[in-house]
Amino acid sequence: MTPWVFIGVAVVMSIAAIRLVTTKNLVHGALYLVVTLMGVAVVFLLTAAEFVAWVQVLIYVGAVIVLLLFGLMLTKAPIGRTALDNDRRGFAALVALGIFAVTGTVLWTSFEGKEIQVGHSVTTEQLGTELFTRFVLPFEVVSVLLLAALVGAVILAKRD
Amino acid sequence: MPVQWVLLLSAFLFSVGIYGVLARRNAVIVLMSIEVMLNAVNINLVAFNALLQETHLMGQIFALFVITIAAAELGVGLAIVILIYRNRTTVSIDEVSLMKW
Repeated sequence: MTPWVFIGVAVVMSIAAIRLVTTKNLVHGALYLVVTLMGVAVVFLLTAAEFVAWVQVLIYVGAVIVLLLFGLMLTKAPIGRTALDNDRRGFAALVALGIFAVTGTVLWTSFEGKEIQVGHSVTTEQLGTELFTRFVLPFEVVSVLLLAALVGAVILAKRD
Repeated sequence: MPVQWVLLLSAFLFSVGIYGVLARRNAVIVLMSIEVMLNAVNINLVAFNALLQETHLMGQIFALFVITIAAAELGVGLAIVILIYRNRTTVSIDEVSLMKW
């Protein structure tokens, strides 16, 4: 059953991603982004990453989307094709198609016949043990970086 | 489940994100497209973690780090966008060309 779930989710999130980059209404774009991010969370669940999937739902669908909607709300944006897209659309589509063709064929031919065996999902306990023993230094560095980004964002957006 | 499907999905999402970054004018939509690209990378990391049965779970932990960095990047990015809007009353990245040779 897993392959069919994956195909369904992949189709839905691909369509949502395309609608995100072609939509004429910015708020609709943010809602299409929600569909894509939820699809990514389902793909994480299908590839044995339970904790990462719930982090994805919490951080992205919970926090990032709210942040983006606030950004849209605070910046009045005109609506319509010419206001949202620039005139290099054909060139951009060419570049994107080229990158998809190259990476797609390389990945497709290099991993022929390899199957993902999902026996049991990785538990939060395993992940937490690894994170706080082997990867504790990068973890602390990332927390300092988050603090720096927080202070930077406040200083930038503050009215003086 | 063949790993190729997951990799192809991630390549597709990455290309869609690149199109969004190159073709859109609004800075907030460009930030959304960057988020889509980062998520495509995360799908790859988690898929390889499951494929290689990685004992130290490096793929998943790296995906967690990428999510954290993406949140920090978005916070600072939106602060800059709001600052630009306050000064120039536009968020169109074609009109903000002061530092372009």
